[in-house]
Amino acid sequence: MSSLARTRSVVLAVAWRGVHNAFTNPAIILPSVLFPLFFFIAFAGGLSNVQNAPNFEYGAGYTAFQFGFVCIQAAAFGGVFTGFSIAADFEFGFARRLMLAAPNRGGIVIGYALAAMVRAVFVLAVVLVAGLISGMDILGSAADMAGLLVLALAVSAVSTLWAAGIAMRLRTMQAGPLMQMPIFILMFLAPVYVPLALISGWVHTIASYNPVTALLEASRGFIAGAPEKVGIAAACLVVMFVLTAWWARGGLRSAEAAG
Amino acid sequence: MSAAAVSAPSLFGQIGLLAGRSVLHAVRQPAQLVFPIAFPLVLLAVNTSGLDAATQLPGFPTASYLDFALAVPFMQGALFAALNGGQDLARDIENGFLNRLSLTPMSGAALLTGQLGGALFTGVISALLYLFAGLLFGAGITAGVGGALVLLVLAVTICMAFACFGTFVALRAGSGEAVQGFFPLFFVLLFLSSAFFPRDLIEQDWFRTIATYNPVSYMVEGIQSLVITGWDAGALAASFGISAAAIVVFLGLSARALRTRLTRT
Repeated sequence: MSSLARTRSVVLAVAWRGVHNAFTNPAIILPSVLFPLFFFIAFAGGLSNVQNAPNFEYGAGYTAFQFGFVCIQAAAFGGVFTGFSIAADFEFGFARRLMLAAPNRGGIVIGYALAAMVRAVFVLAVVLVAGLISGMDILGSAADMAGLLVLALAVSAVSTLWAAGIAMRLRTMQAGPLMQMPIFILMFLAPVYVPLALISGWVHTIASYNPVTALLEASRGFIAGAPEKVGIAAACLVVMFVLTAWWARGGLRSAEAAG
Repeated sequence: MSAAAVSAPSLFGQIGLLAGRSVLHAVRQPAQLVFPIAFPLVLLAVNTSGLDAATQLPGFPTASYLDFALAVPFMQGALFAALNGGQDLARDIENGFLNRLSLTPMSGAALLTGQLGGALFTGVISALLYLFAGLLFGAGITAGVGGALVLLVLAVTICMAFACFGTFVALRAGSGEAVQGFFPLFFVLLFLSSAFFPRDLIEQDWFRTIATYNPVSYMVEGIQSLVITGWDAGALAASFGISAAAIVVFLGLSARALRTRLTRT
């Protein structure tokens, strides 16, 4: 068997296990569905009047505006939840056996990332159905929606690599807040409730430089049928991917060294 | 040894002992103090910057979103205090401390009241800090100095209401995971209330209906009234009334759960 084929078999086996565990254990899949769904309902339902504020410009309406945020948030937190699973695998000793059995250990991380992407697609589908039921307008074409999906999957991969790096370094579920908090803070220091131009104070300055802002604006552009800042978002994702891949690789080395 | 030498401390002595232990628990774990205090302040800053544009909507009760949102950290602080208090008690159950305590002449009332001491301590400290931070960043208390004092009392009362709920869950379930599991429910109640937007300006009917039936809305509106409108007897009565009712109900349920747990022991 070639090296590529061996890596592929590890990737598929780990991904299948992750997907199987998630979809057969409600305690795993429910939080990743309920968390974004709840934010979607709370923000789109409770704050929709903000769209009537002067200079709030977004053609597809406030529900779609929040859907753009929730897509990115769901993808990011899907990765974090996968990090929890990796940490649990280490805590219960499964990951150690997995590392002994896998000919290419990098395939383990790719497998986890693949499982996170499958979970992200499922969560996005649920949130989309909830949005459509609530009367959300989607002005984007099928190509725009495909662009949104690719964007979300890339965010999922980046956040999985981030969380995997922590999980493999600390190898305990108590590392959960460390995986979650930086992403939570980055998400909320971006234009969550209103477009960037309407944010005031120091948060506006931070949001202007926060890469998540570009992701949110690209996501909302796809939904509104007027893609914007796609190039900047892609560039941000490439940089984040390189950094988090390097971070996850270091985590893997740390786990290997720990034995 | 004489009988007097081995007699149990008075009820207040017992409460003091357990409350002191509970406060020490909170103080010795900085994460239990720092996170509940810092996180709501960060979220307040983010929400104030993000939703300041909403104050330009016709009918918004204040020109500063900071004034409107200042109630939220008090609520979140209360939630974190309740979570920590509940988890402390659950840990005492899990590691057998409660069982050992049941072998002593400690009364149930002292146990419940004392256990709430840590939550009360966190609640007072965090309420003072939120008020100080709010004033520092330009919030005004329309009800004046007296209003600020009432606000602190109300915040601590709300904190106790949530702490009693946390205590009930801990005693009933006897596990820290169960207490953690209820935490998202608290957050759902907060987000589905009028904490982030005035009820009469909420556009979606279904959301306004939920917010109207959600008791957390009235707890929040009591604090908001002192900050934004001044002395509003109706809002204050509803806020104090609901909080006091929650304390009575969940303390009663906790006492019952404690009896059951000690009987099992």
